[in-house]
Amino acid sequence: MAKKVYDSAAAALEGVLSDGMSIAAGGFGLCGIPENLLEAIKQKGTKDLTFYSNNAGVDDFGIGILLQTKQVKKMVSSYVGENAEFMRQYLSGELELEFNPQGTLAERLRAGGAGIPGFYTKTGVGTVIAEGKEHKDFDGETYILERGIRADLAIVKAWKGDAQGNLIYRKTARNFNPLCATAGKVTIAEVEEIVPVGSLDPDLIHTPGIFVQRIIQGEHEKRIEQRTMKAA
Amino acid sequence: MPWDRNQMAERAGQELEDGFYVNLGIGIPTLVSNYIPDGMDVTLQSENGMLGMGPFPTEDTIDADVINAGKQTITELDRTSYFSSADSFGMIRGGHINLAILGAMEVAENGDLANWMIPGKLVKGMGGAMDLVAGVERVVVIMDHTSKHGDSKLLKECTLPLTGTAVVDRIITNLGVFDVVEGGLKLVELAPDVTEDQVREATEAALI
Repeated sequence: MAKKVYDSAAAALEGVLSDGMSIAAGGFGLCGIPENLLEAIKQKGTKDLTFYSNNAGVDDFGIGILLQTKQVKKMVSSYVGENAEFMRQYLSGELELEFNPQGTLAERLRAGGAGIPGFYTKTGVGTVIAEGKEHKDFDGETYILERGIRADLAIVKAWKGDAQGNLIYRKTARNFNPLCATAGKVTIAEVEEIVPVGSLDPDLIHTPGIFVQRIIQGEHEKRIEQRTMKAA
Repeated sequence: MPWDRNQMAERAGQELEDGFYVNLGIGIPTLVSNYIPDGMDVTLQSENGMLGMGPFPTEDTIDADVINAGKQTITELDRTSYFSSADSFGMIRGGHINLAILGAMEVAENGDLANWMIPGKLVKGMGGAMDLVAGVERVVVIMDHTSKHGDSKLLKECTLPLTGTAVVDRIITNLGVFDVVEGGLKLVELAPDVTEDQVREATEAALI
């Protein structure tokens, strides 16, 4: 069986990056983002990237670091409010932006990964999101057609993984990660800990190894975006 | 006196029912979690993938992997479950959530909602708002009745890009409570010492 474990994010990205490619990236805000792989993509300097990612990071962390270096051509996201550099590039026309409702983006990734090229949803009917899309009535309600997403590359972050590529996520750091993992033509996972094959409970694996081609163990800063505490 | 933010949130607490699964939007709606009536069992859903949201953490219990949809650190409860964003929106779009309480920029008299974009000014994205209004059984909106300039935000037609069409069931403003009904907005309740004339003066939408 092919070896899936790589020594570093840079090594795992060897041979899979090309200018103009599309990348599905897991994470919600800064929670559960593949921070090591994003940093390595920055170092490699790959350009004109299209990112499918719920958010765009902040100015100096997450996908934000690739905006600083102008490596991103287009974002497909549901919410980009925390990134001033993003806003600047978008308003000046340097960056393309396609807003997807959050649930639609999640389902597009899930569907794409499951071999479903399109699906109907009532989300966005009657709004700008529905413009130019096929409308169809089911049981007296109107739905629009949304397309599944297959990305050239998916980068995800999990808590634990093994050499087979089996992954377990932790708490709300799961978010878009399992969906992105299925939607990549190649999927690279970074985990906090690579554990011996057989030590993960097979009943508790979130992403079966078939979806993961390469895996690395990384160091994670796990930056907190809004540190909110109980009033003393 | 018109209601302040906390009083609007407290009034919205009366919309909750025992056993409800509820999604609270960012801003004033988040404050509703402080006003769940005593003895009532309500489970809060966070669309980033958590059912059973607990209160904010202490320094000892803070965890970067436990956040809400506003990216704030929170805590889990005994009942908590975690899931992917696709499962989360399966709950939302699939009609499994009983109630969503959201903020708004504008609401129209037919229940149209605009709460995600001001062209040329505010371009942040809709997040999960379009899915919530499309899928959740009952949508209650909390908002200021008028803009800073005194213009009505309860309109005949929304001027901003819509989040959803005919999706709002009830509106709680600083002046009172309104239901979206056939033909316009029905005044359900006034904030203390606010008169119906004051409300009419401040409302562009048809009041019936």
